[in-house]
This record gives sequence, structure tokens and C-alpha cells, in this order.
Amino acid sequence: MPSPSLAELAQQLASGQIRAADLADRALARARERAALNAFITLTPERARAAAATADAARAAGRAGTLTGIPFAHKDIFCTKGIRTTCASRMLADFVPPYDAAVAERLDAAGAVLIGKANLDEFAMGSSNENSAFGAVRNPWDPERVPGGSSGGSAAAVAAGIVPFATGSDTGGSIRQPAAFCGLTGLKPTYGRVSRHGMIAYASSLDCGGVLARRAEDCAQVLAAIAGHDNRDATSAPRPVDDYRAALDRPLAGLRIGVAREYFGAGVEDGVGAAVREALGELEKRGARLIDIGLPNARHAIPAYYVIAPAEASSNLARYDGVRYGHRCAHPASLEDLYSRSRAEGFGAEVKRRILVGTYGLSAGYYDAYYLRAQRIRRLIANDFAEAFRAVDLIAGPTAPTVAFRVGEKSADPLAMYAADVNTVAVNLAGLPAISLPAGFSAGLPVGLQLIAPAFAEGMLLAVAHRFQQHTDWHLREPGDSA
Amino acid sequence: MTSSHVSHHTSHAAWQPVIGLEIHAQLSTASKLFSGAPTAYGAEPNTQAALLDVAMPGTLPVPNCAAIDKAILFGLAIDATIAPRSVFARKNYFYPDLPKGYQISQYELPVVSRGRLTVRLDDGRTLTVAIERAHLEEDAGKSVHDAFHAETGIDLNRAGVPLLEIVSAPALHSPAEAVAYMRAVHTLVRWLGICDGNLQEGSFRCDANVSVRPAGSTTLGTRTEIKNVNSFRFVEKAIEYEIERQIRTLENGGTIVQETRLYDPTRHQTRAMRGKESADDYRYFPDPDLPPLILDGNRVATLRAALPELPEACRRRYIEVLGLGEQEAGQLCLDRATTEYFEALLAELPEEARLCANWVLGELAAALNEAGLDIADSRVAAAELATLLRHMREGAITLRSAKDVFAAMWAGEGSAEAIIEARGLRQISDTGALAAAVDAVLAEFPGQAADYRRGNEKLLQFFVGQVMKRTRGQANPQQLNALLREQLAGG
Repeated sequence: MPSPSLAELAQQLASGQIRAADLADRALARARERAALNAFITLTPERARAAAATADAARAAGRAGTLTGIPFAHKDIFCTKGIRTTCASRMLADFVPPYDAAVAERLDAAGAVLIGKANLDEFAMGSSNENSAFGAVRNPWDPERVPGGSSGGSAAAVAAGIVPFATGSDTGGSIRQPAAFCGLTGLKPTYGRVSRHGMIAYASSLDCGGVLARRAEDCAQVLAAIAGHDNRDATSAPRPVDDYRAALDRPLAGLRIGVAREYFGAGVEDGVGAAVREALGELEKRGARLIDIGLPNARHAIPAYYVIAPAEASSNLARYDGVRYGHRCAHPASLEDLYSRSRAEGFGAEVKRRILVGTYGLSAGYYDAYYLRAQRIRRLIANDFAEAFRAVDLIAGPTAPTVAFRVGEKSADPLAMYAADVNTVAVNLAGLPAISLPAGFSAGLPVGLQLIAPAFAEGMLLAVAHRFQQHTDWHLREPGDSA
Repeated sequence: MTSSHVSHHTSHAAWQPVIGLEIHAQLSTASKLFSGAPTAYGAEPNTQAALLDVAMPGTLPVPNCAAIDKAILFGLAIDATIAPRSVFARKNYFYPDLPKGYQISQYELPVVSRGRLTVRLDDGRTLTVAIERAHLEEDAGKSVHDAFHAETGIDLNRAGVPLLEIVSAPALHSPAEAVAYMRAVHTLVRWLGICDGNLQEGSFRCDANVSVRPAGSTTLGTRTEIKNVNSFRFVEKAIEYEIERQIRTLENGGTIVQETRLYDPTRHQTRAMRGKESADDYRYFPDPDLPPLILDGNRVATLRAALPELPEACRRRYIEVLGLGEQEAGQLCLDRATTEYFEALLAELPEEARLCANWVLGELAAALNEAGLDIADSRVAAAELATLLRHMREGAITLRSAKDVFAAMWAGEGSAEAIIEARGLRQISDTGALAAAVDAVLAEFPGQAADYRRGNEKLLQFFVGQVMKRTRGQANPQQLNALLREQLAGG
């Protein structure tokens, strides 16, 4: 029997069939059972039980919402008051935030029960979840393979049936690619739709909070809880939130889906391309029209992203200096020594690489050639999308060019690793919403279909994904417990 | 101190100093530029630091509208361009009192650019100084070196306090011009109510860029920057010293090194700050946490409408319309509170501008000075002073009495009327009463009266004195003079 949807869980809770306390215990037990996946950095059993008791009491008092009592995991990039928040970095290994992220506040208010903080690539920098100071995360479909990154712990936790949903953040594909690798639905909302307040920054102009779950309708429900304007984030959109659940039942008839030929280029595995084309065929069968389109600047997305994101990161991560919080080296001999040793010891290799690259790209004499040029490319990429959306409603392609690769396969070759983001980063550069949904399998591993929509059209994305999922069951396939 | 001081030294005519000032005015807002923490001066260390000011991971800056409005107000006051779109940028460098590892400032697109300010020099000349830009930025925290043994403390109360950095063109050519410009900016920011101008507390700070070049040259020499000088006098002294030093260096065949120098007020010298290993590269880039600052025309228009009459316009009006002297007008326009007091007084006595000016700059200023009070906190309100002056003008009391009554009012003894009555200071203007006193005095001193009539007119003052003595000073002097002359002539 497939795992229940959030709506079904809510129903079971409402009917008294189960209690939130049971769900929390079950999730915690399952997390321990699947500890080898290394999906969690921190489990929070006491708080989970307390929150579950509160949820049960709220329900008994008739004050339950749609998420009340449902267990979940936060990517360990969202600050949680009183619960250490590490960003998978040695730098923040003992950091306990004195405040909650907006996303954490909203899910708390909705009554969802946090059971732990999920592993990730350090500071969300990575595409395999191998860059964690707390160890690599394993893919529940094949423990020899990566779950994708950077929200790899969130993806593994949902795929392994520990929690029905988890939060993630997506700067260049960090929700969508792990969702694809783990057979989940992952939604990256429009930039500004979900508050970044309390979400530890990697690249501020690209970072976006979102959700991973099994179903599009689950994502709709969670997005409804976490989306909305927040005056503590100046980049948050002051615009009302759509009723995503109500929008789910929109029909597909007449929908124009642009199939971007660049997304099927060299490097896309045959099995991946075939599964995605078949999924698109299914959508066509249900009334959508497939239209061949071009995104001529797509090939520039990776280089532009790997200039802009590191540039912002180099500045965002300057605060980790050993002075106020976080790792501080032992016995600093001078200020210089305090800075250099604290940072050398606190950051992992990929973070250092991006800080160096970013610092270089912003330096006098290089700024125009790198940062400014990358910003110009960013505008061209956004224009490509805007142009395409004059003729189509959505743009489709494979989320990632390959299925989940083997642990260690790309970790020695940063450029090969960066290429894994080829179809996802452009979406962040343009600030658009996109979803990855299970579209089939290749060599026994999940394949993700990415749908991209115009800004703030999350409702349409979710509706199309939901329709697709009513006619397919890829999203309900679950891995065995071999991992 | 003027530029002539510099020219004592030979060959100075061969060099032209070029000075530009960067003034940091702390905008007087209740909260910081990007956080809700209060900005009050002097609180316990780190009690006025929000999570953002500590650079807690995940915190984000949100611009303070009040600070932006104050920057715009300044821009309007210097007739500058207000950018419809300006950009906050990050200035990246590591320092313990800079929690985020970057300062949020404005770089390529400041909110205010290309303004100008008319400055009045001590020698009577006026100078229009070009102001290249004024941009918003946040202040850093403070390193505390004396609180802990062998350790440095960090106080982040000041971190994030809003500053307006006002950058003049390198268009000032003497220490006197520089300090006159600095004073004019100081007057203006207080006038606009955007900065309290407190130099001791660091709300108004100045860095000076100084270079010299051969007279007649149009290229700029290598400059040095003198940092954070906290008084007008020291700015003048520091620049003066630096000009001397540069000329001396160049005339001795040396070269000027572009560097930052600190002023030592005890020795009146500048000295190079400990050398930095490499040139600064602040890696400025637009802050991705802050969308560009878009100012719509309405907001600017509303602020323009709220702009008060500016000090220079006010000064000119006092001279041209009210007929005040240059000196008086200048003093009345030094700060807005003085002007407001004067205007309030003048509103009660519209025909008496000069009298009002004399009292504000005379008795009142002296009393305030002695009590160490600002005019806004004056113990005698403008309306109360107006009542007193009206009594004097109407002849009810003498100038002498008015000064005494003012002192009593200052001491809190009551209203002007109450004091006049209580002290019996009302002048004797009743002709009958005065005539009786005059008759009595003339009868008492017949010899002197005869002398006067023989032509010794100096004796008039003697009779005035005698009558005043009899009336305990309450005789109306004009009436008394007239009456005495009449009686003596007729006698």
C-alpha cells in the first residue's frame, strides 16, 4: 500500500485512527532504523513528542489545521530556536540559533511536528550531499549512490518513508535534483514567494525555500503553509498567496508545454531522455500540447551561475570569522591567525573553493569580466524564458541529465559535478518556479521531469503535476529497505 | 586661523592645496539603518544590537524609511539630483567590529549626487562648494581595548547606525575654506533635523583628503587621507599641518605616498597609520539582500514640500527684508532652534526686528550660555519675552528695568507683569507726578538751575539723575528730558 498523502494523514488524525504522537514515534523509529542513510544531522525526539502532544491537544480542542500533527524534517539550513543548526558545516557544528526561520515559524504555527534536522551539502554547496561535515547521505534507492544535493538529507528522509515531507532550499537545483534522484516531487517556488528570513544564506539572489514530498498535492499543502510576504525579508514578494489546493483540479486541455531542445542535449543519458519523453507523451495524451522551443542562452547558465553564486557566497560567509559564534581556532596568535585558522578549520573543501572563486570574481580588475558579465548573461537567460512564455504555458525537460550517480564518482572533479546542474540553475538565475516530478525509471533508478512556469505560477505547476500523478504511479513507487 | 597663516612660509605661493572632505553625519533615527535596534548613545555595550547587528546567520537587512527620507531631505537642501533608483552595495573587508564581514553602503548609484552648498567665509567671501554625492551606509561597531586584560572587547551598539556620507568635490583650497564648508554642512544637517551634529559622540565626523599641486596646475597631486578628526579646530589644524608637510616633502625632492594618516591633537601633527600590506580591494557589489531603492516622484515631492527655509535663504531675508546686520543675521541662522525662537518673538513684535535680534543674541544668549542650556530649553519662552519687550516699548518700564525683569523671569519669579508690579517698576509717565518731582528738584538746587540757564547744558544730566533718585528710577526718561528742558527754559 502506498504511503498516505498529507491529506490522508490529516484524515486519519481527524478520525482518531492515529494520533500525532504515534506518527512522531513512528517517524523517529523509522529514522533510527534507516540511520545508515545518514539523512539526519540532528533528531529532536523530545521536542517532537512535545509538539505531537500539543498537536493532539489542538485537534481535540477543534483547532487543527491541514498539517497539524504531521511529522516532517527541516533541511538543517533553516534556523530553529534552541535546536542546533549546522548547515552541515564544522563551522556551525555547535551553533544553536536564538530564533526561528520564517519557514520554521509557519510550519510550527500550522502544527506540523519537527522530528529532526536533515543533512545537506555544507552551506547548500553541492549536488551530491557528499560535501557534509557530518558525512555523505545515501540514496534509499541504492546506498552506493548519492541522493543528490544539496537537500539530499531531506530527499532521503522522505524517500525512505521517515517523514511524509521535508523542507529544502534550492539555489541552483538543490530541491529539484535530489527530488529527481530519489523519486520525489520537489517544488522550488518563485524567488520571493517564501521568506528567506532565518534560512542561512548561500547565494542570496538565488536561494529559495521549498518542499520535497511524494505528491504534488502534498507540496501544494506545504507551500500554502510556508508561502507569503514577510517584512523581515526585503526580497519577499508583497503579493497574496494563491489557493494552491483549489487550483489542483484544473484540467490539462489546451495547456501548451514548451519542450526545450537544449535540455535534451549531449550529456543527457538515453534512459533519462526516454523516460522524460514518455512522460511528456502522457501529458499530451491528457490534453496538453507539446511545442518545440529553444532557450538559446541555456548553455551559458552553468558558467554564469558558478560566478554569481560563489561571488555572493564569498561575502555571505565572511561573517564566519570566529569572533561572535561558530568555530574558533584554539589559541589564536593574532587577529589574522584567528581569521585564517578558524575559517581553514571550519569550512570544507567545496565551501573554500567557492569562497575563493567568488572572491576572485569580485576583485578589482576581474569584476567586469566575471561578475558583471555573468549578470548580463543572467538577464539574457531571463529574457529567453520571458520570450518562451509568450508562446507556451510551461517549459519541460529532464530535471537532471543523469540518474543518481555513484558515491565518489564525481567528487574528485568539481566541473563534472557542476554539470549535473545544467538544467536547473537557469531557473534560479531567472527567479522562476519549477517542480521536479517522478517520470519513470532508468536502470532501476528514478528519473525526474522538470516543469518550469512563469513567476508566481506555482498553482499551474502543481496542477499539471497533480494531473500527471493522477494518471501515473511513478511517485508512489518506493525503494526497498536494502540501504 | 586662516590660509594666510600658511603663507607665512616662503614659496607657499607656488603651491595650491586641494582639499576634499568626506563627512559622516549620523542620521537621527530611532532605529538602525537595517534593523529595529535603537540608536541611543551611551547604552551598556551590546544592549542595542539586534540579531542582524550581530550578523546572526539567516538574518536579513530591511531598510529604514526614516533614514532614507532624511538622506533625500539633505539632497533637496543642497539642490542635488535624487536618484529615482539607487543601489545598496556591500563593501567587503574583515574586521572584528564589522560583524557581517561587509558594510552595507552605496557605491555606484548613491541616493544623492551632484549637489552644491554656499559657504560664507570669515573674510566675507562666499564660496559654492560642489558636493559630489551623499550616500547611505551603516556604521561599524567599536573595538574596546581597555575593558579586559590583554583582550579586545567588541561593542556592537553602533553597528548598523545610519550614516549619510557627504563627499565634497576636491574643491577647497585652504584649511579655512575646508572648515567653513564643514561648519556649513554641520549647520545644515542640524537645521534639517536629520543629524544632532554632536561631534564628541561621533554623530558628525570628518575625513579630509589633502593634496598640493604647483600653482596653476590642473592635475591633482597625490593625496593623503586624514581620518576621523572630531572637532572643527582640529580639522583646520590637521589640514594645515598636512599641507605644510606635503609642501616641505615635495620641496625637499620627496614624493607623497597615498596613505591614511591620523591626526594627533596633542602634537598638532598627522602621522601615517600602520602600513597595510596590500592595497584595499573592497570587492563592492550590489547587495543581493536589498532590492534597488526606487523613489517615486510623490515621495520626493512630499519631502520637498516639507523642506524648511534653508539657512542661507533665511540669512539673506533677515538682511534684506528685516534690515538686520550681516553679523546678527548670520548668528540668528546658525541653528534652527535660534531661528525658530527669533521668528516666534518677531511674530509678536513684527515691527521690532532689531530689538528682537538684540535680545535673542544679547540677554537671552548670555543667560542660556551661563545656564548651559540650548535655546530650545530656554527658561523664558519667546511669547513671555515678547510681553516684556512690549512693556518696554510702550514705555511702561525702562531698558534698565527690563533687564532686571528678564533676570527675574529667568529665575522663575513669574510673568513679566507680575514682576513689574511686585517690584513697582512701572515708569512714572504721568505728567503731573513727574512735574511735581521736577519742581521739587529745581527748588532744591536753585544754583545749578541758574548755571544751566546761563548755558551750562551739561547740568541736564545732573537734574535727570536727581529726578530718577526721587522716583527710584521709574521716571520715563524721554518724558523727563522733555519736561526738564521745558521747566528750565521757562524758569
